[in-house]
Amino acid sequence: MDFQLSDDQRALRTGIRELLAGRFGRDRMRAALDGGTGIDRALWRELGEAGFFALRLPEAAGGVGLGLPESVLLFEEVGRSLLPGPLIATHLAAGAVKGAAQGEAVIAALDAGRPVGHLGDADGLLVLGAGYAGSGAGPGSGSGAGSGAWDAPGPADGILRDVVGIREAAEPVRSLDPFTPLWRVTGRVGAVAHLPGGALRAEGALLAAAEQLGSAARTTEMAVQHAGEREQFGSPIGSFQAVKHLCAGMLVRTELARGAVYAAAVTADRVEIAGAKLLADDAAVRNARDCLQVHGGMGFTWEADVHLHLKRAWLRSGQWLTAATAEEVLAADLC
Amino acid sequence: MDLAYTEEEEEFRARLREWLAAVLPALPAKPGPDDWPGRRAYDTAWQRMLYDAGYAGLHWPVDAGGRGATPTQHLIFLEETEKAGAPYVGANFVGLLHAGPTIAAEGTAVQRARWLPPVLRGDEIWCQGFSEPDAGSDLASLRTRAVRDGDDYVVSGQKIWTSHAEVADWCELLVRTDPAAPKHRGISWLAMRMDVPGVTVRPLRTLAGSTEFAEMFLDEVRIPVTHRVGAENDGWRVTMVTLSFERGTAFVGEVVACRRTLAALAAEARANGRWDDPVLRRRLGGLNAEFRALWRLTQWNVSEAQRSGGVPGTGGSVFKLRYSQARQELYEAAAEVLGADGADLDREWVLDRLSSLSYTIAAGTSQIQRNIVAERILGLPKGR
Repeated sequence: MDFQLSDDQRALRTGIRELLAGRFGRDRMRAALDGGTGIDRALWRELGEAGFFALRLPEAAGGVGLGLPESVLLFEEVGRSLLPGPLIATHLAAGAVKGAAQGEAVIAALDAGRPVGHLGDADGLLVLGAGYAGSGAGPGSGSGAGSGAWDAPGPADGILRDVVGIREAAEPVRSLDPFTPLWRVTGRVGAVAHLPGGALRAEGALLAAAEQLGSAARTTEMAVQHAGEREQFGSPIGSFQAVKHLCAGMLVRTELARGAVYAAAVTADRVEIAGAKLLADDAAVRNARDCLQVHGGMGFTWEADVHLHLKRAWLRSGQWLTAATAEEVLAADLC
Repeated sequence: MDLAYTEEEEEFRARLREWLAAVLPALPAKPGPDDWPGRRAYDTAWQRMLYDAGYAGLHWPVDAGGRGATPTQHLIFLEETEKAGAPYVGANFVGLLHAGPTIAAEGTAVQRARWLPPVLRGDEIWCQGFSEPDAGSDLASLRTRAVRDGDDYVVSGQKIWTSHAEVADWCELLVRTDPAAPKHRGISWLAMRMDVPGVTVRPLRTLAGSTEFAEMFLDEVRIPVTHRVGAENDGWRVTMVTLSFERGTAFVGEVVACRRTLAALAAEARANGRWDDPVLRRRLGGLNAEFRALWRLTQWNVSEAQRSGGVPGTGGSVFKLRYSQARQELYEAAAEVLGADGADLDREWVLDRLSSLSYTIAAGTSQIQRNIVAERILGLPKGR
């Protein structure tokens, strides 16, 4: 057993981090925030060329030929950098939708009963209809002890290529997360082309957990850096035990989530994925809140990046797999 | 990143399982919690069985009489013995996981030959004389004094929270040999026989009603200078070597045990109808995530130790913080499952609930662990 990153995986992580720092560093991130948050098509294509979306497609199909663990490392870096866009849905649709793998197409996720992010830019939709506890959509839904087969493919799961009609009927929602414009979609979604495999929700939940992990690690670093620099009472605030203990708690949450997320990536087990999403959501949300607290008054301003991490973490917590469903899946596993 | 075990590791697991299945049914009944002579006999008999089968000191270096097993093999050993319901290390804890590794790492050839084999065979039991009434979390403030007199140290002072003191043969003792030096610099590590004149042991009763540990009074106890491990006044460094072992893999078996308890709680909740309460059910689901992740974190830390040559890293503090809290939450959930029976001390888990209160205190309080994480891992400035 060697449950550590391999040399190749370390190199991959470094490469992605450097690529994102170069293409979506803090200045560009803030510029995107101020200048409207539509998808930057040029950047999207660059990501496509770098293999973001084709990472798991076989090399024979023009992909990179890597696996779920590598995708998790990629999305961890996405979470660190606050890179916006329906990256997970496009990644999952690569190979099934023309242009997705190359970054030519933007594929958003439509999850029954939830607002749709980036609908205005979408060239296609990944439809997650069935098996969603509490959504009231399709067979297999429901709540309570059984929890249903939350990750099983349902008759309504698939790809929708024609988004024009849906977009026209949708209403914009004033989004909590300034990087994720949202639309409310009402009524029934029409015919969809089915995707093979059917582990869409589980894989989406895992990749969202990886983003949360990256965000949790980043806010820990931000808090530690601030606590080491900011002086009050003649000392860096990080020398005070109250602040120190907040930071230590952040690292503990991050590392527990890391163990869960990486293990789920290796096993691809649905219960492990549910645990990973639950713990990573917790780490991302609570770490962002603690980071905000450590930043004091500055943390409450638009200028600090902390609120962007918190808002995205809140949004992701409600996407792909909620805490309520995850806990039911984990409870059912005990029986 | 791989969670699969190698063929060699799986073979080790298979042989161990086979052996456990053969020997465990013949074990005598477990003695009661306050029957210390009985517990000593039980624990040392189990140690002897491990020794005869070649499983004693699995993680010790070969030149110290151990098997030099990899951290992963040690992990498998702890996992399988717990799963099979084998006895816990018990009274051998200090000898096997603390004093033994310290003597193996820092002792002379003579000291290793004298003290290590009896620990592995289960012939001698050790206890730990570190904490004092005024030196708990601030261990370096200890005041027990050792004054050189010819070939002996003459030791006087008081120790506390000494587990297994009533039945121990030896005590790993931290004493102050230079009162004038800065507090971390004037400490030495001594091995003390428990039956020499001047040693008085008084059991302490815990809030759970048991006599888990004792206080120990030392009145001009003579300890040969040859029983000092490491240089005079270098005992603090020697101790830090030991503590990193304590926080490394000390809790592996307990995580496995907690996962078993959680499954039993779910079964009990289904039997008594509490499972229909979605709040409780979801809480148990959340604990499932916790203990699964703690197991993965253990595998992560063990893999890291294996890559770095067997030295446990500071990840132990990260693990202990979350584990000690999760274990307390597990027994809070148990009380919820038991409902009115949660007041019955004879029901399973009620005593465990009381015992679990010590986890955030023992082996370094959670507050001390957070300081360690903040200062040594995150690099925040030291407090004043």
